[in-house]
Amino acid sequence: MKRERTVVILTIVLAAMLVFAPFLPNWTMFLFTVALCYGIVVLGMMLLIRTGLVSFGHGLYYCLGAYAAGTLEPLFGITELAVMLGSAVAICAGVSAILALLLRRYRDIFFAMLSLAFSMILYGLLVKTSSLGSTDGFNVTVKTMLGVHIAGTAYERYLIFAVTALIAWVCAVLIHRYLNSHRGRLAEAIRDNELRVEYMGASVANTIHLNYVMSAILAGLGGALMAVSVGHIDPEMAYWTTSGEFVFISILSGTGSVLAPFLGATIFESIRSFAYEYSPNTWQMALGAAMLLVIMFLPGGLWSLFRRSGRSAM
Amino acid sequence: MKISNLVCRLLATSVATAALFAAPAAAADKPIRIGLVSFLSGPAAGPFGVPARIAAEAIVESLNAGTAPAPYNAIGFSGVPIELVIIDEAGGATKQVAEFRNLVERQQVDFVIGYISSGDCLAIPPVAEELKKLTVLFDCGTPRVFEEGTYKYVFRTRPHATMDAVAGARYLLDTRPDLASYAGINQNYAWGQDSWNDWTAVMSVLRPKAEIVTSQMPKFGAGQYGAEISALMQSRPDVIHSSLWGGDLEAFMLQSTPRGLFRRSGLLLIAGEPNLHRLVGNIPDGTIVGARGPHGVFAPKSALNDWLRSIYRARTGLDPNYPAYSAAQAFLGLKAAYEKARLDKVRNATPMGAAEGVKEGMEEAYKMPSTDEVIAAFEYLTFDGPSGKVMMKLGKGHQAVQGTAYGTTRTVGGQIKIENIKYYPVEQVQPPEGMSSIDWIKGGLKPGKW
Repeated sequence: MKRERTVVILTIVLAAMLVFAPFLPNWTMFLFTVALCYGIVVLGMMLLIRTGLVSFGHGLYYCLGAYAAGTLEPLFGITELAVMLGSAVAICAGVSAILALLLRRYRDIFFAMLSLAFSMILYGLLVKTSSLGSTDGFNVTVKTMLGVHIAGTAYERYLIFAVTALIAWVCAVLIHRYLNSHRGRLAEAIRDNELRVEYMGASVANTIHLNYVMSAILAGLGGALMAVSVGHIDPEMAYWTTSGEFVFISILSGTGSVLAPFLGATIFESIRSFAYEYSPNTWQMALGAAMLLVIMFLPGGLWSLFRRSGRSAM
Repeated sequence: MKISNLVCRLLATSVATAALFAAPAAAADKPIRIGLVSFLSGPAAGPFGVPARIAAEAIVESLNAGTAPAPYNAIGFSGVPIELVIIDEAGGATKQVAEFRNLVERQQVDFVIGYISSGDCLAIPPVAEELKKLTVLFDCGTPRVFEEGTYKYVFRTRPHATMDAVAGARYLLDTRPDLASYAGINQNYAWGQDSWNDWTAVMSVLRPKAEIVTSQMPKFGAGQYGAEISALMQSRPDVIHSSLWGGDLEAFMLQSTPRGLFRRSGLLLIAGEPNLHRLVGNIPDGTIVGARGPHGVFAPKSALNDWLRSIYRARTGLDPNYPAYSAAQAFLGLKAAYEKARLDKVRNATPMGAAEGVKEGMEEAYKMPSTDEVIAAFEYLTFDGPSGKVMMKLGKGHQAVQGTAYGTTRTVGGQIKIENIKYYPVEQVQPPEGMSSIDWIKGGLKPGKW
């Protein structure tokens, strides 16, 4: 029963978002869309952090997903949203399944640096590809959604928002279920003591491999959805500062619940956006201050606000 | 914790957030709000973003006071004062798209002037079209904006970057007719790659026999150029092409001048003008410098030029560089279009002999022009800028063209002077309408009809 609570809340939030979004100003809807995209990526980060692994290179899959979706039009003339998202998932799953063979052997800073290295390789490759616009990138358009023409219609923004929210909901529910499954609970056990996990008869390598691939798929989906909602992609998405942002949001959110990444991402986007407006010369400082405050007063992330009663909300 | 408890806390958080989100109420009789997007942080802030912002603030102050020279002496735009909303361009295209939406929908600006980075200039136009907001790109260079797309709401009031290579090569061959070899050092990102590709394409047309001895592509922000300088020294080119800018350019000059690189080879700086004043003592005499348009030191004397120089100097103690001229061009272009739209309205609203309709017609005419009317006036407009005539003649009337100039540096008494300035008219440096830059270059740079 307890575990169903999160699903109930997720569903209420999704329903509220879908119902109220058309009445929100456009910029707010866009802010939520962006926050949901970040939230999906950070959901994947959370999965790894619970396993004790911090990836400083999740920009790799975020960018790969975006390019997997975005290059379909210049290469094949495909502008169907479902195909674009499918391509992002497939490519990120494939690449991460191979890279995980190497990465699952490393922990701590070595894992962080190696993942960072892979993301910077993609960055370097894209910067040198002038046919894809190098650092300028190129624009991405979605013309149809499941065959229905949406480009340029009045409800285009809402539909993209709704699809993002729906996908975020599906991801959150699935990850929530996974975290409560036998294999999912191994994550924290691995973080605490790998040796014991092995003695219990579970495979650490396989669990990390699976978690890594799932988190890569989430990052790819987030990237593809971001590409679609922003309408432009560039190699900056694989740059280490982007990966750093995901780590930032992860720390801001905490790993207590699948709701946390979405809450953290929304607050991060809001702080950033209003800091741009109110202190254009010092907006970075506002973000830094928020980070410091969270680290000092809420070491468990924002989510610890919601579980003061001591027991896990999971 | 019960569900209700958790839901309550979630609700409280969202209410607190919603209070922040309440949009400012729109008041009647308000000034015209212009969003200005320029680099305020990061490497592009020093040479480009901040000079543009300072120029914009000085120009708005002067326009609001009505102290600009004719034909810009009306207060603000058609008597309505202007208010600036400034945001930082740093953060990449994703954030800029979000911030553009916020500018338009949350801040409710009437126009947006902005964008120095080419990536941002490609990402913003589709959003400007979606939100139907007149947006003036003021400083970015990539010709892709209007060569790959057609936009109604987007204008660019400075010429695109093709002229950098074309005029640079013409100047180089005019001054060094015996040129036999050249090399390049450009940053490995879109701007450096495009600049070098344009350059080699133009040179292969204008001087097919000249040999490319080496092309160095250090990464953006490298800071250390020891290996690149060695490679350039070994290959002994007659001239070195470079699109380095800002801190990278300064670092390269500081490291290469003492090693004597420029005793063997000449230097052509595509984007050296914005921080020329910082290179005193580290730039060899005879370095070829341009400013993409006759801006900065190349600007011919005129009342508008004197005005810009004096208001900029009053704030900084420095002469305005080309980003300051670009900013001026955007504000003056938009003002010219706005006031022309208003004038057209008044003219069209007084039909001779239709006494019945006169009153309504005049009332209508005294309303400020709509975005569509400003756009109609802006397309194919010719207006005066501080560096001369600007013609909105490319991109179906949305992309400005100007002639341009190149010159060579000489350090006299601790100051860098530009001499041997040569001006190149539009038809020699810009492709005609409907032809992409690279096709025009490869097709032999034939002057179009203007």
